[in-house]
Amino acid sequence: MTEMRLRPAPIVAHDTAFFWEAAREGRLVAQRCGKCGRLRHPPRPMCPNCNSLEIDVVELSGRGVVYSFSFVHYPQSPAFDYPVFAALVDLEEGVRLVTNLVDVDKESVKFDMPVELVWAPALDGYQVPVFRPRQVQP
Amino acid sequence: MSGVAFGGAAAIAGIGQTEFSKQSGRSETQLAAEAIRDALADCGLRARDVDGLVSYTIDKVEEVDLIRSLGIEEVGFSSRVPYGGGGSMGVLVHAAAAIASGAADVVVGYRALNARSGSRFGGAKTQPTAHTHSGTASAAFCVPVGVITPATWMSLNANRYFHRFGVTNEDCGRAVVATRRYAANNPAAWYYQRPITLDDHQNSRWIVEPTMRLLDCCQETDGAVAVVVTSATRARDLRQRPAVIEAAAMSAIFESEVATDHYRPDLSVMDTTVHLAHRLFDGFGISRDSIGAAMIYDAFSPLLLMQLEALGFCGLGEAKDFIAAGSIDIEGRLPVNTNGGLIGEGYIHGLNLALEAVRQLRGVSHNQVRDIEHVLLTSSRGGAILGAG
Repeated sequence: MTEMRLRPAPIVAHDTAFFWEAAREGRLVAQRCGKCGRLRHPPRPMCPNCNSLEIDVVELSGRGVVYSFSFVHYPQSPAFDYPVFAALVDLEEGVRLVTNLVDVDKESVKFDMPVELVWAPALDGYQVPVFRPRQVQP
Repeated sequence: MSGVAFGGAAAIAGIGQTEFSKQSGRSETQLAAEAIRDALADCGLRARDVDGLVSYTIDKVEEVDLIRSLGIEEVGFSSRVPYGGGGSMGVLVHAAAAIASGAADVVVGYRALNARSGSRFGGAKTQPTAHTHSGTASAAFCVPVGVITPATWMSLNANRYFHRFGVTNEDCGRAVVATRRYAANNPAAWYYQRPITLDDHQNSRWIVEPTMRLLDCCQETDGAVAVVVTSATRARDLRQRPAVIEAAAMSAIFESEVATDHYRPDLSVMDTTVHLAHRLFDGFGISRDSIGAAMIYDAFSPLLLMQLEALGFCGLGEAKDFIAAGSIDIEGRLPVNTNGGLIGEGYIHGLNLALEAVRQLRGVSHNQVRDIEHVLLTSSRGGAILGAG
């Protein structure tokens, strides 16, 4: 019997819980300042632009481009298949995510290639945002 | 910037280290105590002269245990430096500032770790604890995507650097061949008498493709090192030729992280180190031309290339040519990591580089550079320039 191996659950802290709770529901979100409107990621309790504590949580498009990538061979955690396709994806809205590329082979991964969001299951019912080559070109 | 106030005020008077191994068989507290005892003996001071202690926030050794083991009578200044190994040269900033301000008279800086036989930085950990260090909040976004080792964190920066400037892993291999040549002459180095060829490097397995092979990664090591810092004036009356801390600075900039530096806009330039270089060279009024050797934090070889550029020893994208031209070799323009670096000597989390800088200025390195005036030390977020006293 093959057992489905799941990714580790994220480390959820007070300031990041909203991100992972939204992810459970399949929504990719980021903080936007309730005062000056600046979008930010990773999460933090205060706007670095105007120091406001007012926070709106907004949903993101899930469309972006690959800023950088790596194929991770060692060491290997039983929670992942290797090589892990690690990537930084710049989203259309202007924030960057550390993520994985899926449904793509090594030779096809390129800098600045358009990608789109898909969800990968993790332990404890969480979901993790990962990206595949964009199916419909803009 | 107010660098002038403490530039030249303090000096490294003594250095001490344990053996560098893969299984020390003793506690970090013991390793630290041995290195400090030897550093004090090196300069002719005693434990009761010490009134300041500085280490890293993530060092496991408790100050109270050190004080109790060494027999220190009273400590009036203790501090810890953030940013992991990247902050390591901050130990010299804290020590020099404490001496210059009068907060302490004799400060010991140390780092002790069983990074091989104990918890390995490069292990496949998926459950970092919330108190690991201040980068945990950002590392939390890396764990569920398998970006769980320092090599992987930094590979994302390195590959964008490779992409922008046409750098290859072979270019990094030339730096490793050069530093392993130095290690081969250094009896304290893990890779003593074991130089490599570029073929050896290129035949080692991928750790993170396409930027880092096995031989691009530092040696996770058990051991400890210590430096004794006091006023430059007092140091001149002690047993060894002082290594004067002519400049020392740290830099942490907006959206930079501990090691997982993923959110700065342009990752092809190590811009924290650009800021650091500005503080060191411009803030303290020291010219790059006066630097006779550099000790550069090479946890992974691409970091050596990127720091050479960020420090301004060559242009952006030119480190590969600088290295290929032999510039970091013993007869080159800027010998780099003459102890073998963290890749060749061992990974005492960066602070062992400071000891090699002192040996160069004393004229006792196993790869001695001739007529040396200044040695630059950088751990990317912390740095210092030492001069012969």
